[in-house]
Amino acid sequence: MTKATTPVLELKSVSRLFEGIHAVDNVSLKLYAGEIVGLIGPNGAGKTTLVNLISGFLSVSSGDVIFDGESITRKKPHVIAQNGIARTFQIVQPFARMTVLENVMAGAIYAGHRGMVQARDKAIECLEFTKLAHLKDMPASELALANRKRLELAKSLAMNPRLLMLDEVNAGLNSSEIDEAIQMIRSIAATGITIVVIEHLMRVVTALAERTVVLHHGAVASEGPTEEVMRDPKVIEAYLGNKFAQRFAETSGVPVARPA
Amino acid sequence: MIIDRAFALKIAFGVLLFACGAMLSAVLDNYYLQVGTTLAMLCSLCWAWNIVGGYMGYPALCMISFFGIGAYAGGIAQAAGVPETLAWFVAAGVGLLFALLLGVPLLRLKGHYFAVGTIASVEVLREVANNWDQLTGGAIGLNLPIHAGSPDEVGRYFYLAMLGLAFIAFLVTAIVDRTQFGFGLRCIRQNEQAASMVGINVFKYKVGAFVLTGVLGAATGAIYASMVAFIEPKDAFNIIMTIEIPVMVMLGGMGTIFGPLIGGVSYVILKEFVWAYFINWHSGLLGLIVVTVIYFLPVGVLGLTWRDIFRKFGASKSTRPVTSDIARSAS
Repeated sequence: MTKATTPVLELKSVSRLFEGIHAVDNVSLKLYAGEIVGLIGPNGAGKTTLVNLISGFLSVSSGDVIFDGESITRKKPHVIAQNGIARTFQIVQPFARMTVLENVMAGAIYAGHRGMVQARDKAIECLEFTKLAHLKDMPASELALANRKRLELAKSLAMNPRLLMLDEVNAGLNSSEIDEAIQMIRSIAATGITIVVIEHLMRVVTALAERTVVLHHGAVASEGPTEEVMRDPKVIEAYLGNKFAQRFAETSGVPVARPA
Repeated sequence: MIIDRAFALKIAFGVLLFACGAMLSAVLDNYYLQVGTTLAMLCSLCWAWNIVGGYMGYPALCMISFFGIGAYAGGIAQAAGVPETLAWFVAAGVGLLFALLLGVPLLRLKGHYFAVGTIASVEVLREVANNWDQLTGGAIGLNLPIHAGSPDEVGRYFYLAMLGLAFIAFLVTAIVDRTQFGFGLRCIRQNEQAASMVGINVFKYKVGAFVLTGVLGAATGAIYASMVAFIEPKDAFNIIMTIEIPVMVMLGGMGTIFGPLIGGVSYVILKEFVWAYFINWHSGLLGLIVVTVIYFLPVGVLGLTWRDIFRKFGASKSTRPVTSDIARSAS
């Protein structure tokens, strides 16, 4: 994977306070074009808050968010979406009373800057990619969970994003559905879209992410190539646990430093 | 703009309907022209409300604020010597400004808070009209120049004017229905957060819809004022009407092109029927109808699909796909 020298997204000491508590504490990060970055951490570590800050849904208490060399710190969510940052929601948020096709069209029209007719073509393309084309005329509310997650993905793709943040798109899916999702995410990244994968399923993170960032109590606890991060004693203690570390060591054949 | 066959047929049907309505003016006598004018007026108000209330899904109870503002703006302009037709445009402009003024703060509210805020605007405006004697004539009312001509000519003239405005409201609705503006409003109705995440400027869209509703409502009010040539606060800011308009649209089908028309016409027929046969009970019965509509038919007549009807009346032979239930329990 070739990495551009300038990052697509750069966080400079980003913090967010909730009534005095640091939900996100002084986080600095750089994301490059076409890479898949894992974002992991225990519940309440600030992963979703970080996504909300980047997508403009929450305002940053201090620090700077720079997308494509331009500060988007104070911009509104719809402007950020139009600039090329797409996200999925942990709890899927389809337009329930619209059809699957219309849901994806919504992404293509406003952030994808298309007219209604071109948006429909783009939406069908995205539905074919996510293997939902046969359900296009079904109301989004009638989809099963796995398909709703895919719909979120299709909707984000239709937005023509440069950065795509996937907030637990695999939670609640079965094993074969996860395999399919992993393939899909890989082929999205291959088109040059930067992807942030927020996951509790370590299997997904290890399969996808070359680089992983671990959040703990809102701060970056560890960052680096996924393999190394998984062996970091701090990460094992805070999040992964010894059992996982042992299993990971057995499968990857590299000894793991035990936390004291 | 996506134009498929169903949409083209709808527009053709609408144009035909309005053309018939316009031609009828040649043969109808004054009484029926009156009825037709009232119907056209209610339908314009319904179409106007449908943009904010139906497509966008905001429970706006301020339709009569727009109507009254338009009536007074047009009335005051005409009383000051502005020609009638020009006064209608002035009123539409005032409606635009007023919608901006009211919408920018109110559209930050949601649900019940928004509804209460909008209904308060009717009360406030009526009090202002009641007390600002120099401008509005106060509680005594405001006289407008009477449109010249025989009663038949005048009746026909205002019938055609109202019908023309209803046609404009219909066309605006058809355009909203098919463009990305209306599509965005439908997204906002379902989930504002998700709407902003796909890049919709939610606030701008909401204000835009409110302004469209306001302009159409004010224009309707101005034509009404010219027609009756006399307006007073309790007539221009009629609190019952501000509830009736949404009920009509609900009856017909919110967020549809023909819902306002069907709802407006059927509500008027229902109301006349109740008036004619149950004069002592009409308020109670109309109240009952309102509750029934909201409770049993929240989607309106046009919101029903054949599948819904079969499901309701033939539950055993239901065509509902069981797969979705199975899928849901399995996942």
